[in-house]
Amino acid sequence: MNKSKYYLGAIAALALLFVGCQQGANNSGKGALSSSAAEKVYVAPGEQDEYYAFLSGGYSGNLTVYGLPSGRMFKEIPVFSQFPTSGYGYSEETKPMLNTSFGFIPWDDAHHPDISQTNGELDGRWIFINGNNTPRIARISLSTFETEEIIEIPNSAGNHSSSFITENTEYVVAGTRFSVPVPQRDMPINEYKSNFKGALSFLSVDPEHGHMDLKFQLLMPGFNYDLSHPGRGKSHGWFFFTTYNTEEANSLMEVNSSQNDKDFIAAINWKMIEEYVNNGGGTKMPTNYAHNIYDEATHTGTTTMKKEVLTVDPLDVPGAVFFLPTPKSPHGCDVDPSGQYIIGNGKLSADLTVHSFDKMIAAINDKKFDGEAYGIPILKFEDVLAGTVKSGGLGPLHTEFDGKGNAYTTFFISSEVVKWELETWEVIDRKPTYYSVGHLMIPGGNSRKPFGKYVVAMNKITKDRYLPTGPEMEHSAQIYDISGEKMELIYDFPTHGEPHYAAGCPAELLAANSKKIYRLDENKHPYAVPNPADARVERKGNEVHIYMSTIRSHFTPDNIEGVKVGDKVYFHITNHEQDFDVPHGFSMIGQNTSELLIMPGQTKTSIWEPKKVGVWPFYCTDFCSALHQEMQGYVRVSPASSNIELSWSLGDD
Amino acid sequence: MKTIQLNYVSGSLFCMLLLLGCKNETSNSDSSLHTDTMGETQEQGQAFIENDVAVPNVLQIAIGSPDHTTLVAAVQAADLENVLVNAGPLMVFAPTNTAFDALPEGTVEDLLKPENKEKLALILKHHVTPGNYDKDFLKKFKQLGQASDLKTTVEIKDGEVYVGGAKIVASIPAGNGIVHVVDAVILPPAN
Repeated sequence: MNKSKYYLGAIAALALLFVGCQQGANNSGKGALSSSAAEKVYVAPGEQDEYYAFLSGGYSGNLTVYGLPSGRMFKEIPVFSQFPTSGYGYSEETKPMLNTSFGFIPWDDAHHPDISQTNGELDGRWIFINGNNTPRIARISLSTFETEEIIEIPNSAGNHSSSFITENTEYVVAGTRFSVPVPQRDMPINEYKSNFKGALSFLSVDPEHGHMDLKFQLLMPGFNYDLSHPGRGKSHGWFFFTTYNTEEANSLMEVNSSQNDKDFIAAINWKMIEEYVNNGGGTKMPTNYAHNIYDEATHTGTTTMKKEVLTVDPLDVPGAVFFLPTPKSPHGCDVDPSGQYIIGNGKLSADLTVHSFDKMIAAINDKKFDGEAYGIPILKFEDVLAGTVKSGGLGPLHTEFDGKGNAYTTFFISSEVVKWELETWEVIDRKPTYYSVGHLMIPGGNSRKPFGKYVVAMNKITKDRYLPTGPEMEHSAQIYDISGEKMELIYDFPTHGEPHYAAGCPAELLAANSKKIYRLDENKHPYAVPNPADARVERKGNEVHIYMSTIRSHFTPDNIEGVKVGDKVYFHITNHEQDFDVPHGFSMIGQNTSELLIMPGQTKTSIWEPKKVGVWPFYCTDFCSALHQEMQGYVRVSPASSNIELSWSLGDD
Repeated sequence: MKTIQLNYVSGSLFCMLLLLGCKNETSNSDSSLHTDTMGETQEQGQAFIENDVAVPNVLQIAIGSPDHTTLVAAVQAADLENVLVNAGPLMVFAPTNTAFDALPEGTVEDLLKPENKEKLALILKHHVTPGNYDKDFLKKFKQLGQASDLKTTVEIKDGEVYVGGAKIVASIPAGNGIVHVVDAVILPPAN
């Protein structure tokens, strides 16, 4: 009897031990009374957000636009992936945007968006993003919020240390994650070591229209180039890349690329290399890559295949490339707003390594080298080290800055954001994330002038954060208020695809410049219908070109006869609306492509290859007006042998 | 006989309370929209998600083992539960209760004191490798880089694998890695 009391007591003690969790709930309750988290994220109906946030879509291939602090999604911008919602990548005008040297590639893995800068501050003209899988860089207009340019990167594979820009948008930089034979050739995989190369590409950006040009490629040793960031302020003119697999392993990387205690951060003096190539340096190498440009006036993309790339051997530009030893396979490579500190986030470590730019320059000037790798001088770790952040967390990935002397680092394994102070390297605060955070973003965080009010943590794992939706769930993001000494988790929202990094800026930088309509009188599309009277149908062999216009609530023409089975029918549709937010849609029964969504003043083209005789309807897919349901038409399709003449009409009996 | 049964019962309760009790707590704070302390409580996160379908993770395996009560108590004292349920992958070398008992008397009690939390966490992290390798595969290694930021040795003696001097006596695949049961505590090398 006594004995069983004893056991019951033990069970009760265990129970008490774990009631500790419940006390947490009580604390939460108290917090509810004393906090204003809800107020902080509440943007009342009709009110607008304070910041734009552009989250990469990862394997969606796209870029999503959100508001902060509300976490509301405003738009998904198609970039590397076909997007049936608007017809991007399906319409004749946008198909060329997805051309590559491998042919038409309708998907990619979109990673690191970065907003253009002037004098180290966000200027809100364009946003760039990299396609990781079939290496590409895209430029998106921040006035139309549409993809305007995509350039393929030759000699690159796993375009991951991209697409970061220099402080006057002189260059957008694209580094290869996987080293490969350059040029590509048939060779044994196990001869990787010392034969493969890592191409770091510098794409110049035209200051007026933003057009990119692959200016030069630096052919580095065959390491993996993971992430990068530009120098700024005093370090402007340099670019820093983290490396791993300096072992140059080609199999079971998770073991073999972690053998060295330290890998490197590669410091590249791009200004010196730019001068070298401007003076005729470098070697032209035959290659083949696509350069796709979308013209806003013609509403049309065109592809140019480029056949040559200028390569630079780092050994030919002495003093331009150095290696900074950095522990534990560093992942994120981040530079503070002053340009003085370069942070290596050692993903298999607990600590962050902070290098000093001044110390690096001093060591270079004193030629204090600790050997070399493939002829590239290695600086001494102790000579360049500014400090180590002893975080106590596990698996640091990325760091952003608030512009007030603090840095914020994500820790994947310990699932938290850690706030620490530059120069003292002391940890100030840490907050858990839900769950397993990858990137984080502070608006302007990659610039001289961050806006340190919110940090958005982008988590890799969602599990129970939202109502369950089966095994596949959208990733979760969390917003922390960082205006005080301690971070405060204020909101949780689902994201689309898998965000790898994001870029943000104050709303006023973009909102006023956001385009409302395309002017019809500026439409230079070769198949545009400037006036409904010009609407017509023309036959060229088996191609039928329908020059069609739309206005609320009809198509001109809406009855078309004389089309035959076996024809290739082009619907060239011009939206004659000149009112804000009145698109028209177009869809045709049995069409082997997506719908079109045509903005006011725009022309888009869709192909239909009718296979069956009959009278087939088309209609407007966007609820455009009170008479939207009346916005429809018919195409009569006759047998291939038919002699029926082409005819078209609107409102004829 | 009776004692064993009761031990078993209290062990089960131990798990249930840990997994369910804290799950309720999470729901509470989620439903109170006003709270700013959602992130403040310790016992939140992946470790406390109810999940009876997926293959148990390394933490759940340790909790479920009657031979690892000391280890589990230590993990809780060091607040490392959430680390052990991360996507990892994680390879945990799990010393048995007997292994802890072999330490000099008073060592474990000392480490469990709140003021020694950091020291305890370091020792525990020294038992974790980011990776997932079975016993045979481990024979390919000479050393492992541990979550403590320190290295530990891998040796083969008579076909058996010793990590940091501790012998692997059993291995249990986990949902987020693998648990290798070891017969000794792997102490980090002194500075």
